[in-house]
Amino acid sequence: MTIAPKAPRKLSMKDRYSALTRDLAWDPSYVTNEEMFPFTNFEGITIHDWSKWEDPFRLTVDAYTKYQAEKDKRLYAVLDGFAQSQGHLGLTDASYLNAMKLFIQGVSPLEYQAHRNFAYLARHLNGPGPRFAALCQSLDEIRHIQTEVHTLSNYNKLYTGFHSYVWQHDRVWYLSVPKSFFDDAVSAGPFEFLIAIGFSFEYLLTNLLFVPFMSGASFNGDLPTMTFGFSAQSDESRHMTLGLEAIKFLLEQDEKNVPLVQHWIDKWFWRGYRLLALVAQMLDYMLPRKVMSWKEAFDLYFEQQMLGGLFVDLAYYGITPPKFVEQAKEEKEYLSHQVYWTLYQFSHAASFTTSIPTDEHMEWLSANYPKFDELYKPLWEKEKRNVAAGGRHFDRGLPELCSVCQIPMLFTEPGDPTTICQRHSDFEGERFNFCSDGCKNIFDHEPEKYVQAWLPVHQIFQGNCGGASIPDVLAWYRMNPEDGGEYLGSTDHQNWLAWHDMAEKTGGN
Amino acid sequence: MTTTPSPSDRPVGVDLQESEQNRAVIEAIEADNANATVRHMPGMVRVQAPGRLVINRESVEARLGREWETHEFQLAIISYFGHIKDWDDDQILIAWDR
Repeated sequence: MTIAPKAPRKLSMKDRYSALTRDLAWDPSYVTNEEMFPFTNFEGITIHDWSKWEDPFRLTVDAYTKYQAEKDKRLYAVLDGFAQSQGHLGLTDASYLNAMKLFIQGVSPLEYQAHRNFAYLARHLNGPGPRFAALCQSLDEIRHIQTEVHTLSNYNKLYTGFHSYVWQHDRVWYLSVPKSFFDDAVSAGPFEFLIAIGFSFEYLLTNLLFVPFMSGASFNGDLPTMTFGFSAQSDESRHMTLGLEAIKFLLEQDEKNVPLVQHWIDKWFWRGYRLLALVAQMLDYMLPRKVMSWKEAFDLYFEQQMLGGLFVDLAYYGITPPKFVEQAKEEKEYLSHQVYWTLYQFSHAASFTTSIPTDEHMEWLSANYPKFDELYKPLWEKEKRNVAAGGRHFDRGLPELCSVCQIPMLFTEPGDPTTICQRHSDFEGERFNFCSDGCKNIFDHEPEKYVQAWLPVHQIFQGNCGGASIPDVLAWYRMNPEDGGEYLGSTDHQNWLAWHDMAEKTGGN
Repeated sequence: MTTTPSPSDRPVGVDLQESEQNRAVIEAIEADNANATVRHMPGMVRVQAPGRLVINRESVEARLGREWETHEFQLAIISYFGHIKDWDDDQILIAWDR
């Protein structure tokens, strides 16, 4: 097929991008550069020439708005179709939505935080290229939270646990894990933020977040979530590029930047990896129909693509793979099981439900995890006997939290998956506990920062969370009794059965 | 002794949404990259190739039967690995630096 020749454009893509990001910039004459950009010096990063920053996307305002509008149109067409056709009835199971509850409570508010901090970078980075890229990302991020809220609001009409995610994000024990992660990033300087979020999160680890949620949605009948996910993720490839350009730019500008960047990679790999523990359990336990195991995802997206691909390039600058990465590799056999076992016992204080894996599910776990039968299956078999005897187990105590990642101390010693790992540091006469060497290392580098952490369990004991009893705290969390606990017999489960039972009885033949 | 893989063999790749329009993009990539492999996952397609992967505007247009600007690739892409070495009016090139 022949294509009619295009009308010649006035400027090529390259020239248009250059006109936007270079020709529209100016050097200040009434104030100094330092006065105009006061936040890019204190971290110790040295930049000689901001014009060396390149955005390979060469995005301009016309292209950005045109394609973003197209993405939104496609998404909202899907949302309407799904809502109008009662699409929720085609999900694999109502329990699938536990993954989405965790998403809107834990992840969507991070998009808003990202929106705010990229807006800050769009003002405060010295170079016009990175400023424009940060501006686009800031707009992307607010689009993400808006589309996520619109998408999931359809479920909020019919299912429990979605109703108070903003309130809960700032207060609830398991949501302090993502919240404190992002608080840590936005309270750092602009360069650390770029490495923390732009590089470590958006490039190194993003696939581990996105594949579970979006492919999981696709595989479990959740068309709207899959569509918003892919729509958001198409922006994500630009964000990955920004992160990658940031790190290469910093490393190329001055050799003195290398140790700072290395420290931030070490720190933010471990911070991000610990946050993804919540995703690991979702992938292996919360999706009724499995996409791939956490172990397989980690192997493919992190070990092969990042360690085997990217870090070979970064070695040229003297950058080594992140500290404690060996431990993360070892943990891929255990991580999801340890986390879900804990969530299972604490879901009476959560805005999602949990349940014992079915026999088929346990077969899948055994087939994917060689240690499952030895280490975790006996726990579930015991719990099955508890349930049969009428004693579904909920832990009535409060867990000890790691002072850095804020996850309950549930991880095990390197080389010994049967002993809980405990590390601690003393600072100004107080003892602080950590789940791992990785988290202790982060604390020891900046204790002044982490002693200020708002640890939910400490806050409950200090009387700052509505009262001393579990019902008091849950009321303060704005959790309704039907939001958490056991899935089987829950409001969502009963409704689900009733809707499908009704279809069977009245559906004709 | 370990050998460092050269840029010519470490895989690079893109994840694309599985859709009617993207089929033309995927076919174009397969045609223009001799060693490309395609893997289907729920809702998406991963195309990867050793060392480098190129997307040519003309190849996509020939399969799509209409004009296609390289910016439009933003509607298709979900994720990628490698560096975006070049992105201009005619082609997109993904490769490792070293």
